[in-house]
Amino acid sequence: MDLKNLLLRKKSPIVKKWCEVVLRTYPEGGQAFLKKKDRFGNPVGHTIAEGIESIFDELLQGTKSDKIPLFFDNILRLRAVQDFSPSKAVGFVFGLKKVIRKELGSKLLKDGTSEEWAAFESEIDGMGLLCFDIYTQCREKIFDIRIKALRNQSHRLLKMAGVAYDLPEDYELSEEDRDLKKAHANKSH
Amino acid sequence: MEEPLKQADVMKGTRKEEVLDIDHSPSLFKRGWMKTPVDIRPSMHCFAGEPARLKVVDFPNPRVWSAMDEDWKLPTNWKEIVMDAFKVRLDRFRTFKLFMDICVRCGACADKCQFFIGSADPKNMPVLRAELFRSVYRKNFTTAGKLLGPIAGARDLTIDVLKEWWYYLYQCSECRRCSVFCPYGIDMAEITIIGRELTNLIGLNIDWIAAPVAFCYKTGNHLGIQPHAYKSMLEFFQDEIEIVTGVRVEPSYNRKGAEILFITPSGDVFADPGTWTCMGYMILFHYLESLGLDITWSTYASEGGNFGLFTSHEMMKRLNSKMYAEAKRLGVKWILGGECGHMWRVVNQYMGTMNLDLAEGSNLEEPVSPITGTKFENTKSTKMVHICEFTADLIKHNKLKLDPSRNDNLKVTFHDSCNPARAMGLLEEPRYVIKNVCNNFYEMPPTTIREQTFCCGGGSGLNAGEDVELRMRGGLPRANAVKFVHEKYGVNMLSCICAIDRAVFPDLMRYWVPGVEVTGVHEMVANAMVLEGEKEKTVNLRNEPLAGTEESEDV
Ligand code: SF4
Ligand code: SF4
Repeated sequence: MDLKNLLLRKKSPIVKKWCEVVLRTYPEGGQAFLKKKDRFGNPVGHTIAEGIESIFDELLQGTKSDKIPLFFDNILRLRAVQDFSPSKAVGFVFGLKKVIRKELGSKLLKDGTSEEWAAFESEIDGMGLLCFDIYTQCREKIFDIRIKALRNQSHRLLKMAGVAYDLPEDYELSEEDRDLKKAHANKSH
Repeated sequence: MEEPLKQADVMKGTRKEEVLDIDHSPSLFKRGWMKTPVDIRPSMHCFAGEPARLKVVDFPNPRVWSAMDEDWKLPTNWKEIVMDAFKVRLDRFRTFKLFMDICVRCGACADKCQFFIGSADPKNMPVLRAELFRSVYRKNFTTAGKLLGPIAGARDLTIDVLKEWWYYLYQCSECRRCSVFCPYGIDMAEITIIGRELTNLIGLNIDWIAAPVAFCYKTGNHLGIQPHAYKSMLEFFQDEIEIVTGVRVEPSYNRKGAEILFITPSGDVFADPGTWTCMGYMILFHYLESLGLDITWSTYASEGGNFGLFTSHEMMKRLNSKMYAEAKRLGVKWILGGECGHMWRVVNQYMGTMNLDLAEGSNLEEPVSPITGTKFENTKSTKMVHICEFTADLIKHNKLKLDPSRNDNLKVTFHDSCNPARAMGLLEEPRYVIKNVCNNFYEMPPTTIREQTFCCGGGSGLNAGEDVELRMRGGLPRANAVKFVHEKYGVNMLSCICAIDRAVFPDLMRYWVPGVEVTGVHEMVANAMVLEGEKEKTVNLRNEPLAGTEESEDV
C-alpha cells in the first residue's frame, strides 16, 4: 500500500494527535478550553483544528497546494502574538513527523514506502521553512504597528507644532532616577 | 449558531452541558494556581506612570520604575496601605464585598473574557482574575482563611502577589462581558476598578492612563490641547467640509446662553478616523440650525473621556466635574454627548449622583429635543443625551434629508462598544441610525454583539504602543467575527460609537482582517445628508469617490 493510502486510513488519529502537539504548547490550564468547538467563542481552538485538518488534507492531495500557506498563516498569525519563541511558534510543524512515525511504525520501513516517506519528510521540512517566513512576516507587521503607534502619538506632533500644553517638569529627577529612566528606555526599544 | 447563554438558564441548569463542559477551572484549582508565579512579559504590559504626571494630580509615590525591574520602589509600609484601603472599600462598596464572598466557582464566566480566549492564560479567566484578590481577602478578612490558609484558598499579600495583581489588573479592560454570564452578576470590572484604585495608592499605575489624567486635569482633555488649538482644529475641519460639500459650517465656542452644550472625546478632534466623525457632528449641527438647534462647543470641557475612572473614584469625580461646571457657566439647559465609550459609563452610572451638586443654581433641566419636542426622560437625572439617541429621534421624525446611496461604497457592520452596550443598553439606536443612512448593513454573529459584544482589546487605558501583543490577543474574538462577515458578505467598514474603538480598530484590522476600515456612525450620517446649498458631491469626507462617481471619472 502506498504511503498516501496509509496516511488516509489513519487520518483521524494523526490529525487528532497533531492538533494535540499544537495545543500542548499552550498553558496547561487553558488547553481544555481550546478543544471546545465554538468558532466565535474559541477562535484560537477553531483556527488550529480547522487549519491542521485542512493542511493534512491538502498534503494528501499531493499536488502543490496554494491553500497550505493560507492555513498556516491563520495559525501562525495567532502564535506570533502569543507567548512563544519563534522556534516554539513554528515547531509544531515538525511534530507531524513524530506523530506519523508513531502511528504507522514499521510500515514506513517497507520497500517502496520508505522512499515515499523520505520524500514526505522533506515536504514537511519545506513547510517548516515556509512557516518561518510566515511567522516573520507576522512579527514584522506587529513591529510596524508598534512603530506607527509611537509615531502617531498625536501629542508629540501637537507639541512640535507648539499647540499642546506640556506638563511642568518641576518634578526634579534624582541622578539615580535619571539613570534608571535611561536604562528602561534602552531595554524597551 | 449557538444560542446566547441566559443567566436564568444557567441557574436552572437547562444548559448544563455548557457549564459542565468547562472542566479546566476546577482542575486548575486542584493544581494550585497559587504556586504558579507571575511571569511579567514585555509587550504584555504598559510602561509605568512617569513621576511628573503623578505629581500634577497629587498621586502617591511618584518615581521612575518599570515592571521589568526587580525593585518596584514601593513605600516600606505598602502592605499596610493596601490592606487598610482594602478594608475601607469592603465597607464602602457593598458590591465589592459581595463579589469577594459569593462566587461559587461555577465556571460560567471562565471562557468569556477575550483576554483568556486570545491567550489561553488561565489567570485571564475572570474567575481566576478575581481569585487573585479573593485569596488575599480570605486570608485577611475571613475566619476560615485566617485559620486554614491555602486549603481555604487564602494567601498573604506578598510582593509577588502584588506584582501578579498589577500585571493582570492591566490585562482586564473593564469590559464587563464576564458579568453577563455570571449567574450572580459578579462584575470583574468592578473588582478591577477597585484593584487599580488600591495599587494606585502605592504608586503602581501605567503611563498611558497617568498621562491623560494629568493632561485632562490641567487642560480639560487627554491630549493637553489648549483652547486655541482646539479651535484651530475645528477650523481646519470647517475648510475640509467646505471642500467636500461646498457648504461652510460655523460652530460656536464657549457661547453663553446657548441651549445645549456639546461634549465629545478629544480623540474625535485629533485622531483619524475620529476626525471624520467630528466633521459629521459639525455638519449635523449646521443642518439643524435652521430647524432651531442652539448648540455650543466648549474648549474647556474639551474631553468627554475620563481616564480618572481607571485610577480611582475620586479622580474620576474630579475630572468629570468640568462637565456640569461648564454647563452652569454657559447657562445651557442640557448636554449633548458625542460617540464615546467609557465617557458614557461615567455619565450614565456615576455623574448624576457624583457631581450633580455642581449643577445647583444652573439652568440644567430635563433634556428636550428642540427639533422634535421629544423628552429624553431617560436622562432626567444626568441631563446628558447620547448623540445616537438624538439623531435616531430626528430620523424617526423625518427631520433629516438623507440619501443612503451616498454610502453605497460601504458594506457596514457594527461593533457594540462595551460601555454603551453593557453600561447603558444603547443597542437599537445606533443600528436604527446606520440602517437609515446606508443600504448595506450586516450583523456579526449574535454571540459576539449587543450585550455579549467582545471588547476591542484596548479599553480602560490599554491602548498604548508598547502592549500591542496584549491588544492583538484581546481583540482577536472581535476581529474574528469581523473577518467572518468580511469573508461572507464583503463587509469593508467596521462602525462603532467609541473613540477608543476608533483608535484601536485600525491596527487590529490591519493585523487580523486587512481590507476593513473603521468609522464612527456620524461620519456615515453626514455623508448621507443632503445639505441646503450643497455642491454636486463626488467624494465623501475622506475624499474618497462616492459609489457611482468613480466610473464616470474613468470614461
Ligand atoms: S476584560 Fe472584561 S471579560 Fe475580561 S475579566 Fe475584565 S471585565 Fe471580565
Ligand atoms: S464569577 Fe460568577 S460565573 Fe464566574 S465562577 Fe464565580 S459564580 Fe461562576
